[in-house]
Amino acid sequence: MARDAIIDGLDGIVQALRAEGRAVIGPVVRDGVITHDEIASADELPTGWTEEQDGGTYRLERTGTDEVFAWATPSTSWKRYLYPPRTLLVRARRSAGAIDVEPPAPATRPTAFFGIRSCDLAALGVLDNVFLDPGATDPTYAARRADLFIVAVACGNPGNTCFCASMDTGPSPRTGYDLAITELADGGHEFLVSAGSERGEALLDTLAGRTATAIEHERVAAVADRATAAMGRELRADDVACAGEAPTHSRWDDVAARCLACANCTMVCPTCFCSTTEDTTDLSGDTAERWRVWDSCFTLGFSHLHGGAVRTTTASRYRQWLLHKLVTWHDQFGTSGCVGCGRCITWCPVGIDLTAEVAALAGGSER
Amino acid sequence: MTPTMYRVVERREELDDTVTLALAPVEHRLADPVPGQFNMLWAFGVGEAPISVAGSDDGSITHTIRRVGAVTTALCARGVGDLVGLRGPFGTPWDVSSAHGRDVLVIAGGLGIAPVRPIVTDVLANRDRFGAVALLFGARSPDQLLYAGEIAEWRSRFDLDVEVTVDTADRSWRGDVGTVTKLIDRVRVDPGRTTAFVCGPEVMMRFAAMAVVDRGVDSKRVRLSLERNMHCAIGHCGHCQLGPLFVCEDGPVVTWRELEPLMAVRAR
Amino acid sequence: MKSIPDLLDEHPFFADLDAATRELIAGCGINVHVGSDEMILTANEAADRFYVVRRGKVAVEIDSPHGSIVLETLGAGDILGVSWMLPPYRWTFDARAIDDTSAISIDAACLRAKCDDDPALGYELFKRFAGLVHNRLQATRLQLLDVYGSDAG
Repeated sequence: MARDAIIDGLDGIVQALRAEGRAVIGPVVRDGVITHDEIASADELPTGWTEEQDGGTYRLERTGTDEVFAWATPSTSWKRYLYPPRTLLVRARRSAGAIDVEPPAPATRPTAFFGIRSCDLAALGVLDNVFLDPGATDPTYAARRADLFIVAVACGNPGNTCFCASMDTGPSPRTGYDLAITELADGGHEFLVSAGSERGEALLDTLAGRTATAIEHERVAAVADRATAAMGRELRADDVACAGEAPTHSRWDDVAARCLACANCTMVCPTCFCSTTEDTTDLSGDTAERWRVWDSCFTLGFSHLHGGAVRTTTASRYRQWLLHKLVTWHDQFGTSGCVGCGRCITWCPVGIDLTAEVAALAGGSER
Repeated sequence: MTPTMYRVVERREELDDTVTLALAPVEHRLADPVPGQFNMLWAFGVGEAPISVAGSDDGSITHTIRRVGAVTTALCARGVGDLVGLRGPFGTPWDVSSAHGRDVLVIAGGLGIAPVRPIVTDVLANRDRFGAVALLFGARSPDQLLYAGEIAEWRSRFDLDVEVTVDTADRSWRGDVGTVTKLIDRVRVDPGRTTAFVCGPEVMMRFAAMAVVDRGVDSKRVRLSLERNMHCAIGHCGHCQLGPLFVCEDGPVVTWRELEPLMAVRAR
Repeated sequence: MKSIPDLLDEHPFFADLDAATRELIAGCGINVHVGSDEMILTANEAADRFYVVRRGKVAVEIDSPHGSIVLETLGAGDILGVSWMLPPYRWTFDARAIDDTSAISIDAACLRAKCDDDPALGYELFKRFAGLVHNRLQATRLQLLDVYGSDAG
């Protein structure tokens, strides 16, 4: 399946996907950030934009070029499209001595993700392990994931907070996509698109493109090498192991003194999946609904167990989040929970950097 | 994630704040629970709560519920003929059959007597498969002795050791007063071939497990039943985690061997 | 009928004592029987003896405006009475036999005098009593937690 093509513009792909009846979700600039929305054409992509990212810092800046993908990561992840922030689980109606329970039919619209980075693509794989477990499959996630068309994009310009190379999840997508784009902007301005599936190949066939030369393939490899060398952060596996063995390290109290327990990190994280449930009725009291709502282990009530929370201190909650993400996720799902996207560092209001925390817990020095 | 409707066929007020409901399927019958498992009980419009199975008999399931919040209050208010939604059964079992050919020591505290009741009924129904069997039960005070009638029946048998104690009492109580761990030395089980099943508040379970292991029972053969905040019971909501364990899937029954290092870290 | 040294030898608190030491202690002891509901000792009275409980059940109680509250029950194999060891040698609580109870009552002044003469005996006894008090403290603390209360862990 190593079919690939050099194309001049991306709109051909977008229109081909829309012609199939798909909603094409892609990165757009809005409200001072790069976020996601349904796009009608490639014109809506963040052409000419990049970001300055650091701990607690995000600024959009113009590149002065027409590069489409000079930025690193959108402010939010793609998980909301497969695992919505609010999902109806059950609707039930009560009448004379009976209760009728309706399992909601997850309504799906064929969708395409356009321009998903390798880290975020890896995050989909991580969430698949959670929600597509044969013993406990989430119907909403499964329905939306089943028909999803994925157009991934290689990263050429990692941000200051990126560390996908440490997590072996990037900078170039390797698997799990239908099409993968690498933008070649040094010299001319073209895109090398390679197919990762049969339907990716089929779509490629409809585009006006030419086969890539060996030199163009080298340029693609160079983009990957350059990006790998330019990672903003690093997370070392043996440091993580040490951190996992230090649950009473004084560093936990140190980070807790800074952490606001605001839950931003869990909201922007592409793999955080914790949720809570809300039961409501209408005014008559005869129709009840049960909703699943995004939640965060940082909230005090998260571990509430008649009488009080199990994790009352910020230190215990930060530790739960970090060690779950990096350590116990392996025991539970066989992979790390972290894909190295760096969002938690960028969007932490006080700039807490989990790579620095791990290094400190392992006894190393802070960056 | 959709509840199956069950109807209350029997209701018993056990204590001031504790009610036992026997539930029968309206239409669809869930898989039979095994001892140690729990169901998510749903009160229409209020919410769900994880409640251990206290008994099960040909499709009818018994749950003993204590009023500790909005959902359990709503469930305790259900009367005969009312509807309750059930999801389940969930969780790891006590695995009573793993104690075949061995002595059995059941230690229960407070409401913990409910999840171990299926162990006792299972053992008594297959009595010849087990060695010496003992039940130790501790409650707060004599008026908090759950299942008092049934326990008195068990106590009257000749093939079962039953010891009961309370934390505090007035003179009208002529039984034992003291912690349930004190009763352990009274029972005639052979630590080398004993399987212990422990259930109650976490502090009590820890001390009971340590006391039992101190006397020579293998920590792999000491099983406890954990409780944590739960919403989904299928490992998706994340609330019930204890270290690497999802208490809903990797528990609630866990061995002391596995649990002891996890509990050594506070507020895990 | 067994002698007092033999009865002490059967009691777990005096396990692994050599015969001579057992005889020494037994020399301060007599057999007693208490009927059901009889008071064995009363708070604030002189703690001039302690009891090696052989059979029966004893309630350690405290008086309150609502009547006596049972703090702990003791039975065969237990020791009743620790206040005899330390000044002011006065009982802190009441003790009442719930069931007919047999015990060895050991004279406190007698045993304290023997300990003064033979520090090794004193050390041996204090070691054992320290262990007993430690266990009681642990158990009491657990009871104090009121773990079965409805808002407990």
